[in-house]
Amino acid sequence: MDLSWLNNFSTELLRGAGLTVQLLLISAGFGFVLAIAVALGRLSNNVVLANASRCFSSVIRGTPLLVQIYILYYGVGSVLAGFPLIRGGVLWPYLREGFWYVALALTLSVGAYVGEVLRSGLRAVPKGELEAARAYGMRRGQILRRVWLPRALQMVRPTLAGESVMLLKSTALASTVAVTDLLGAANIVRSQTLRVYEPLLLVAITYIVLALIIEKSFKAMGTTSQRRVQ
Amino acid sequence: MTISDISNLLFAEGWVQTLVQGAVKTLGISLGAFALGLCIGLLVALAKLRGPRWLVACANCYTTLYRAVPELLLILLLYYAGTDLLNLAMAAMGRPSVEVNGFMAAVVVLGIVQGAYSGEVIRGAIEAIPPGLVEAGRAYGMSRAKLLSRIILPCMLPFAIAGLSNLWLVLVKDSALISVVGYSELLTAGRQAAATTKHYLLFYLAVAAFYYVITLISSMVFRKFESGFERWMPRNV
Repeated sequence: MDLSWLNNFSTELLRGAGLTVQLLLISAGFGFVLAIAVALGRLSNNVVLANASRCFSSVIRGTPLLVQIYILYYGVGSVLAGFPLIRGGVLWPYLREGFWYVALALTLSVGAYVGEVLRSGLRAVPKGELEAARAYGMRRGQILRRVWLPRALQMVRPTLAGESVMLLKSTALASTVAVTDLLGAANIVRSQTLRVYEPLLLVAITYIVLALIIEKSFKAMGTTSQRRVQ
Repeated sequence: MTISDISNLLFAEGWVQTLVQGAVKTLGISLGAFALGLCIGLLVALAKLRGPRWLVACANCYTTLYRAVPELLLILLLYYAGTDLLNLAMAAMGRPSVEVNGFMAAVVVLGIVQGAYSGEVIRGAIEAIPPGLVEAGRAYGMSRAKLLSRIILPCMLPFAIAGLSNLWLVLVKDSALISVVGYSELLTAGRQAAATTKHYLLFYLAVAAFYYVITLISSMVFRKFESGFERWMPRNV
């Protein structure tokens, strides 16, 4: 195995790793907020809201992420490019980048997948705890913030760790729309040095290390007690 | 763009046929990869449960690594490694290098990735079988192969079906990734249509609709299976 190309491309690879981590953090952050909204929407008594969030998560989870990225980047992108006002606008340099389309697509899919996970967690919180909170005179927002959500998150923590690793793997799709993330950087090395295996294997190891870091940091947040609450 | 424009594009110009052909190919590679993944998964599960220690280590390595690396990267790696190995083998036998059959390559690559996931599902399901059933089979003097085919495999199915249906849905969606190595499945068909007509939004939305219909129908079918199995399951397990 020949790694002499590593010196010439180390900046690209490091920048690619940075972009991957950025994509991961941005879509995890915004996606989590969206996921809470989706989960609450699905549990709501309002029929319109419940059905809208059910449709959202069903459509997002029923179609490939790659197709969603293409719809946003090529489809919506080409429609946006048709408007001279947007094309000449201040935001156009951002709207032309694949990065933000991928970030949006990942945010939507985190919202749908994690929304379902959170919904099951929220439903699993014992009723007595919520009633106790209400008996203390907490308002609905306070109950959600202080009791309902923290208890639900505690229960679904192992699943969330798995979803985070899935998200890390999904960020690799950014390379298909010309974003030089980790895999995109490897593809650049591949096309310029005509080596196939070394860059891909190196990047694979980096993904494994990132996945291990995610799992370790979720473990560091403490253990989920398996004791059943009566 | 009006409805008549859209129907003109889809039906009069025949693009809907291209998409349907792509969808059939997508279903074909998904079914093939699912079957291959089940075989690999079963071997991996048995290796993990009954195998000698080195085999357990190998199986653990396979399932952990393949679940931590992005599928897109695995598909690229396996595709290039597979074609290179095949051509090396052909060269060693003194034959000219061959063009890899896209369908087989897609099935093998997706099947290997799928095997890592289904191995875990099947292992969990086998562990969930009440031990009394296996002991009863052994008490009847069944050989290991008979125990496997008559007791372990049928009894594990109800426990595995939910996980396997999830994996099937993931697989159908992952099959879109095959388009990056150029096999003409549903997404590639949509990309051709979009590039030729310049109606990107329309055709990618149409592709998404095809995938959505496939996943909706297959989750309905799996739900039917599941409720069929549930009738025979003891309630208190």
